[in-house]
Amino acid sequence: MTNSWTDIKNTDLVIIMGGNAAEAHPCGFKWVTEAKANRGAKLIVVDPRFTRSASVADLYAPIRQGTDIAFLLGVINHCIRNDKVQWDYVKAFTNASYIVKDGFAYKDGLFTGYNEAKRDYDKSTWDYVIGPDGYATVDDTLTNPRCVWNLLKEHVAVYTPEMVERICGTPKDKFLKVAEMIAECSSPTKAMTSMYALGWTQHSKGSQNIRAMAMLQLILGNIGIRGGGMNALRGHSNIQGLTDVGLMSNLLPGYLTLPNEKEIDLETYMSTRGFKPLRPNQMSYWQNYRKFFVSFQKAMWGAAATPENQFAYDWLPKLDVPGYDILRALELMTQGKMTGYLCQGFNPLLAAPNRKKVTDALSKLKYLVTMDPLDTETARFWENHGEFNDVDPSQIQTEVIQLPSTCFAEDEGSLTNSSRWLQWHWPGGTPPGEARTDNWIMAQIHVRLKELYRKEGGAFPDPIINLDWAYADAGEPTAEELAKEINGKALATVYDAADPTKVLAEAGKLLPGFAALRDDGSTSSGCWIYSGCFNENGNNMARRDTSDPDETGAYAKWAFSWPVNRRILYNRASADVNGKAWDPSRKLIEWDGAKWAGYDVPDIAPTAKPTDVGPFIMNPEGVSRLFTRGLMRDGPFPAHYEPFESPLDNLVAPKVRGNPAARVFKGDFEQFAETASKEFPYAATSYRLTEHFHYWTKHCRTNAVLQPEFFVEISEELAAEKGITKGGWVRVWSKRGSIQAKAVVTKRIKPLICDGKPVHVVGIPLHWGFTGAARKGFGPNSLTPFVGDANIETPEYKAFLVNIEPIAGPVA
Amino acid sequence: MSTDSGYDVGKGDSVHPGKPVTVDRYTGGARINHWITATSLVLLALSGLSLFHPRLFFLSALFGGGQWVRTIHPWIGVVLFFSFLGLFLRFWKLNLWKREDGTWLARVRDVLAAHDERLPEVGKYNAGQKLVFWSMSTLIIVLIGSGIVIWNQYFAAYTTIEQQRWALLVHSIAAILAISVWITHVYAAIWVKGTIRAMVRGSVTGGWAWRYHRKWLRELVARPPTKEPTADRKRTAAE
Amino acid sequence: MFPPVLNPTTVPQEPKFGERDLMRRSASTVTPPAQRQTEVAKLIDVSKCIGCKACQSACIEWNDTHPQLESNTGIYENPHDLTPDMFTLMRFTEWENPDTNNLEWLIRKDGCMHCEDPGCLKACPAPGAIVQYSNGIVDFVHENCIGCGYCVKGCPFNIPRISEVDHTAYKCTLCSDRIAVGQGPACAKACPTQAIVFGTKEEMKKHAEGRVADLKSRGFDSAGLYDPPGVGGTHVMYVLHHADKPEIYAGLPNNPAISPIVEAWKGVTKYAGLAVMGVAAVTGFLHYMVNGPNRVSEEDEEAAQRLTGDRSS
Repeated sequence: MTNSWTDIKNTDLVIIMGGNAAEAHPCGFKWVTEAKANRGAKLIVVDPRFTRSASVADLYAPIRQGTDIAFLLGVINHCIRNDKVQWDYVKAFTNASYIVKDGFAYKDGLFTGYNEAKRDYDKSTWDYVIGPDGYATVDDTLTNPRCVWNLLKEHVAVYTPEMVERICGTPKDKFLKVAEMIAECSSPTKAMTSMYALGWTQHSKGSQNIRAMAMLQLILGNIGIRGGGMNALRGHSNIQGLTDVGLMSNLLPGYLTLPNEKEIDLETYMSTRGFKPLRPNQMSYWQNYRKFFVSFQKAMWGAAATPENQFAYDWLPKLDVPGYDILRALELMTQGKMTGYLCQGFNPLLAAPNRKKVTDALSKLKYLVTMDPLDTETARFWENHGEFNDVDPSQIQTEVIQLPSTCFAEDEGSLTNSSRWLQWHWPGGTPPGEARTDNWIMAQIHVRLKELYRKEGGAFPDPIINLDWAYADAGEPTAEELAKEINGKALATVYDAADPTKVLAEAGKLLPGFAALRDDGSTSSGCWIYSGCFNENGNNMARRDTSDPDETGAYAKWAFSWPVNRRILYNRASADVNGKAWDPSRKLIEWDGAKWAGYDVPDIAPTAKPTDVGPFIMNPEGVSRLFTRGLMRDGPFPAHYEPFESPLDNLVAPKVRGNPAARVFKGDFEQFAETASKEFPYAATSYRLTEHFHYWTKHCRTNAVLQPEFFVEISEELAAEKGITKGGWVRVWSKRGSIQAKAVVTKRIKPLICDGKPVHVVGIPLHWGFTGAARKGFGPNSLTPFVGDANIETPEYKAFLVNIEPIAGPVA
Repeated sequence: MSTDSGYDVGKGDSVHPGKPVTVDRYTGGARINHWITATSLVLLALSGLSLFHPRLFFLSALFGGGQWVRTIHPWIGVVLFFSFLGLFLRFWKLNLWKREDGTWLARVRDVLAAHDERLPEVGKYNAGQKLVFWSMSTLIIVLIGSGIVIWNQYFAAYTTIEQQRWALLVHSIAAILAISVWITHVYAAIWVKGTIRAMVRGSVTGGWAWRYHRKWLRELVARPPTKEPTADRKRTAAE
Repeated sequence: MFPPVLNPTTVPQEPKFGERDLMRRSASTVTPPAQRQTEVAKLIDVSKCIGCKACQSACIEWNDTHPQLESNTGIYENPHDLTPDMFTLMRFTEWENPDTNNLEWLIRKDGCMHCEDPGCLKACPAPGAIVQYSNGIVDFVHENCIGCGYCVKGCPFNIPRISEVDHTAYKCTLCSDRIAVGQGPACAKACPTQAIVFGTKEEMKKHAEGRVADLKSRGFDSAGLYDPPGVGGTHVMYVLHHADKPEIYAGLPNNPAISPIVEAWKGVTKYAGLAVMGVAAVTGFLHYMVNGPNRVSEEDEEAAQRLTGDRSS
């Protein structure tokens, strides 16, 4: 989230699209209710299904899954055509005026530089014209036809309300109503908030779905202000924390990136991470990258990381591919190239796409270690559960070791929520049986491995033997110790760069925040963005002060919000070019002539003059990007692409199938149903229900009682067509698998008329498996295609094709 | 077999001349049947009344408390129903309405004033007894029917709550009537001396039969002397 | 935000109400307290409810009940109905508004309404099995309950359920145990959107006014408070977007009252019945007193002997 859950109460318009906040985030949804009840805010829900969120919405518009970009570009087109743009914001705070290289173009669904064989782009033309001064060229009048604004205008022109209706199946009048309500928020005194979740991410163009809305929010001037923002509703209590500390194969903590194999030394690595400002005076905060990186290396290897050994740069793994995401890992297991798997707090048998492929992959492992508080399906993948897990254990040689771990309520630590708040929690119960904390398990593995390496040597023992392990109990580091390590310490006394007489942190003390980080090895920090969470003031994550001056929704003394306890990112953009709030009633920070001050920690240097320094300090431009240069694999603008399995050809680019830049493994293309398939005529989507959390709560009897059995949802029209009865059994199958489920026949799903043809939607909730207290069932991943988002490989769970028929019921 | 009995004569009825004359009125089976019915009815009345009015809830203590009343009352009802069914099958023919019953009823003042001599001769049952019989038969059918509807433990699912409400009302009204009929029945037995003996010992005196059921006595007397051996044995056994 | 009820102190407290505050007690007469406690109420704002079932979950946990694991029958209601182990239930109705042609997914939290004039209590034959406190809470006292199911018939809202395990009646207690120590009901505590709020009845009515005004501003012209006068008002109330049509909310009764059949049964029948039986008994007694027994005379016996004489040989 750019903003926070509590800030949603300040909004005038909530748009829930690509998510179902009431259903999947009921507790956070209270802030929507607050905005509605106290401010008269309106709620719009755009979804293929009339969801629980829709049940309390002021306006619901149906949409075919996987067509959000067409819808959003349609809204942008509407705003541009009707002059519903917050011009001052767009001109000053976005790259609308930047001139783009001549070679860049978009035609027939493809941007310049496409290589069909590699399914990738040469992105060299996707950039600004750089002037002789080394800065990007701009045209403040927005008249240059090559400026971002005009390219955008041209790019979205095709997405007329009629085209939106044809692609999305959203009736034109509903679309226009939505567009009009959104367009009203171009006023500086009106704010719209976007709440989205996996309904946008789980697509082969998930990142671009979010980009499209982010662009719209910039055009409306809604980023950085109270009640605005792009608010990703994270799907797990700590999934924000997971990405923050870089639990991705290509990331280091704090959104630093792992080197690739070509980056053979620190200097080469840093050469592409300089982030030289693209406009004069800009902060381009990533210029501090080296400080964050070196401090991370010091946190990892302590005294062993020295300037002489490039701060142990060689001990970091180097990537030979863009990333070892879960899809690639499973692919490697299938190929027999990955033979061991430590599966911690994850249930890929139900969470990864194409379950058959997952079973095959796990069956080829030598060993599988699961660390989980629950008896997961993954740990039991080898066990025959009739049709619910139809495997032959005698044919599976994988050795499975289950390590029972504590659940969040049984141990101490912090969880980072969608608001970027690090909230400390204390154990509320004693772990059952032999369950141990994840810290204990990981430390025990490490200590034993270290001992083995010490005794036996090996090909490359250095990273493990030298790993800094200065905990009171090497066998079980405490949460506090780890939190302090993440926050960072001064290894030598750190002085203020501007005033060398001023001590920022004495040697050995905890750092006040990441501003104190140094690139000379005098500081350490496990995750720079978290620095400040546990400093000499104590454990800031454990703060529970609910005071909120002027009820701005900031709650600045509750827990710790990264970065530096900032509650709203880009909050400098809440004020105009001169530093005055766009909307005085929404004041966040203002320029008082000498410095920035207000309710929140300024997202800018406190003394940076408003007319000089742009609000988007992380970007070398100092402004936000309507055009992302080469930062996205699949294009600097979002474009409508159909899902890989679609009931319709791409109406704006008929030759393009799926997202042209999305990675597809060999053999997986054959497992996609063809476009407008007769064999698989129905558009399926998957989602959560409020009664359950993922595959966890089915282990809890109360939740199991509240939603006991797997089902699929279909319209009354499809039910009538197929002879399916309410509560009757159905079989649903895709090109990859088949499942059986009860049928919920509902008015909440209606056939969508896309390009003149009816498209029936089949809704498939997840939550059921073959372990736990609920009835045995299937997950949608038995059906979903093995393809992910072009940028981050989030599997395409939200749009695929199936067929459905009534059946007598499973053979018990 | 009752085929050889007169219309107003029950199975096992017979006259034993002597001083005094005794007349077998009820066989052992009939008496057991009656007393099961009577006991059930009393238990039902007591348990039912305990739930009928708060002031009578103390009666539930007789059954071990309200939970026991709730459990046992319907089961006793079932016993009563089948037991009464036995009585019904035994006696329904004898309770068919006759011409003299109308006359008898028309002279109810004489009945109450014990001027039996002013009444027409009646068979085994007089009109009053017949009214008791038929009203009880009707009420018990109503009671069992409505009782099943409100037998929450097993039958709640088969009817709507509205039907159950009606059933409750009907059940309580029918029960009031049944109890009232029962009071009449019991009072009549107490008031007309020599009656209780019929249900205790099975026989009445000839004078009793002469005074109250002369037609029955006449038919018994007029009956051919051949008697069923079974009835004989039973009587002997009963004595 | 409606001010939430604060977390409890860990110091044991005297219950805020108890036996002395009984207004009504089933099958018994009580002297109502001289001073009635402030009436409490739970307000369920259907327009804010997202049907998340947190209330059901909280209810199960607080009351430590164990509802059965059922199956899916094509609906979202789980369990499928109120049960002795499920005192509250989200009921989902898909309603197409004929005025707007828009689908509305009406989600109503069903459960005891805590009527001012409770039909269950009126129908109950077991002394003290159902009580009404002067703050308006209607509670079942299980040690006094006999499991007859009369409360089911008495209730205009079809709420009480009889347990097949212990044969006593169960329903929402309005968390009388929590309220007695200054807490709100568990469901209200768990409700993420404050669709359920708890306070004094006056506060709730006032809060509802604001909600109704908000709904009217959004085009729900018939929005209103459901506090049915037919049962003297309730201590669980609803804010409905379509207060003129409560029946569309999964059959919420329009103008509910204790059934006239129940009234007849528990009213006139009770007294008339006793009278009829009493009259029968008294009449018999008097008749006996006046007329004496009806005895068989010697003449009767002789007449019988004469009649049977020719049979005696």
